[in-house]
Amino acid sequence: MSTPTAVRPAAGSDPIDALLAAGRSRRRAGAFAASAAFGLRALLKIRHDPKQLVDSAAIPILFTVLFTYLFGGALSGSAGAYLRTLLPGVLAMSIAVVTMYGGARLAQDVRSGAFDRFRGLPVWRGALVCGGLLSDAARYLFASAIVVSLGLLMGYRPGGGVPGVLGAVGLVLAFGLALSLVWAALALLVPDPAVVIGIANAVLIPVSFASNIFVQPGTMPGWLRAFVEVNPLSHVAAAARGLMNGTGQAAGEVTWSLAATVALALVCAPLTLRLYGRRD
Amino acid sequence: MRSAVALTCCKSLVNSYSMSKKMPAGEQPAIEARGLRKTYGGSRALDGIDLTIRRGEVFGFLGPNGAGKTTTIRILATLTRPDGGSARVLGHDLLTEAEAIRSRVAVTGQFASLDTDLTGHENLLLLGRLHGLSRAARRRRAADLLDAFGLSGAAGRPVGGYSGGMRRRLDIAAGLLVTPDLLFLDEPTTGLDPRSRSQVWELVRRIAAAGTTVLLTTQYLEEADLLAERIAIVDHGRIVAEGTGAQIKSRVGAGTLHLRLLDGAQRPRARQILAGALEGTVRLAADPLALSVLFADRPGAADLGGPAGRAMTRLAEAGIGIADLSLGRPSLDEAFLALTGRRAGAAGEEREEPPA
Repeated sequence: MSTPTAVRPAAGSDPIDALLAAGRSRRRAGAFAASAAFGLRALLKIRHDPKQLVDSAAIPILFTVLFTYLFGGALSGSAGAYLRTLLPGVLAMSIAVVTMYGGARLAQDVRSGAFDRFRGLPVWRGALVCGGLLSDAARYLFASAIVVSLGLLMGYRPGGGVPGVLGAVGLVLAFGLALSLVWAALALLVPDPAVVIGIANAVLIPVSFASNIFVQPGTMPGWLRAFVEVNPLSHVAAAARGLMNGTGQAAGEVTWSLAATVALALVCAPLTLRLYGRRD
Repeated sequence: MRSAVALTCCKSLVNSYSMSKKMPAGEQPAIEARGLRKTYGGSRALDGIDLTIRRGEVFGFLGPNGAGKTTTIRILATLTRPDGGSARVLGHDLLTEAEAIRSRVAVTGQFASLDTDLTGHENLLLLGRLHGLSRAARRRRAADLLDAFGLSGAAGRPVGGYSGGMRRRLDIAAGLLVTPDLLFLDEPTTGLDPRSRSQVWELVRRIAAAGTTVLLTTQYLEEADLLAERIAIVDHGRIVAEGTGAQIKSRVGAGTLHLRLLDGAQRPRARQILAGALEGTVRLAADPLALSVLFADRPGAADLGGPAGRAMTRLAEAGIGIADLSLGRPSLDEAFLALTGRRAGAAGEEREEPPA
């Protein structure tokens, strides 16, 4: 510190003078500590306003129950039989849809000015986004627990057992975190929660339905099948299905899913960091 | 105005303190900016700002909404990159040493807000964590700050439920988790009631007395005059006047007497009497019944009541009836009129500050 301390007036009895004199040592929060602080901030916000979790809970409940009874009878003869195909896919879809709320929260931070308060601090610029990812992971786990519990209640029995279910949840979670970086970048570009949600919906709804989650692509026209086969969500759903049902054919799809996750993260993480550091 | 008197005394103490403080040879000013320019979507927010602020000084940035005050602070706090110009903040280059600047400055204001859904205590603890304070240190610091700022009772409540004055105090406290060498205060009293305003003034004065340089923006000439050793008046992204409060006031006048007559036909006569009775400039307002006197600021002639009273007596003796009268310090509007010959924010299109 280059400021001359010798010429400062001695701290008087006034509490503010004493405070100012006492607060002059400077340390720097490490990247991990700062990220953890932001993660904790997001969790504190949930504690103050638990309604925030409603969307993370409603979407998985709605998707699991609705699609099982809506399509189950027609597609597989019974809801129970359909669950074996559907539930792992609904797990992937639920998490994918829930990712957009992380982007909306970041957009809200930019808009409210909290973002600028944090950006003015000497902390690693990725910390706010990373902290968001930490709390997002907690949300995704919460949503996953709801899908799996509902499935079990409705009669789904995972052939892959506990390791299969945990593997599927982990894979979906990793993909969800990579996907959430897309919405983080979008939020930094367009700091408006409603716009982020709107754009994310416009992308996620078609990507969810034009996949192998609900029906096998064999019945689809060629152009649609081509899309379904390259849709990363199809591969994540297929991988989750393989892991949860323990069919032993998961390896290829798991590799595909992990590759898609890494690719998405490699493109979006630097982009998000760059947008975060932008000053205008 | 007891508080005003007290503050003026304190200010002169601060003044003499900072004047007696010898800067070590080669120590740079707190802020040295040259030709800062910034354009937002075709409209010029900053049009060449030059600024030199000494260490330990309280500097007032005075101007109407959209004048470029917030943009200047955002640039100097490394949140916004200028389109042109250069600046050194606490000796660090604005563009290449942003990280060093961030570790030594604090920004408060509406564009850099706190979390309204968290409690005051939680907000301070979070910022303590981000400053790298240990668990014990941030707890102690948060408790001490809340205590010193009179917020202990509200510490456990969400900030969204705070009054304007409480929120502003917490905002300033949040800038002091680590004592900054330079504190930016963006309109710290806008929208506050008089009591909260004088509380904030007192805080600013103490922070400055402890050696932190303060750059504050305000829309009130009175506030800039009470707190700041030097004032720059900004309009349309340019500095239109700069100097001490006394220098600005000597150009603007000590106060203004506004009169509204019962009969417009008597206005020329009233003008004559006022010009003869008072030292100042008599202006006719657009309203055909109204006129005003801008008192000249002269040393030793601080009393406005006596001369104004005598002028009123003369008007009464001449049979001129008065519907309404007021006597006050020059407003920012009047300062602009006196300094630039036009009203604040007038001439040219409205300029909005960019969204935060």
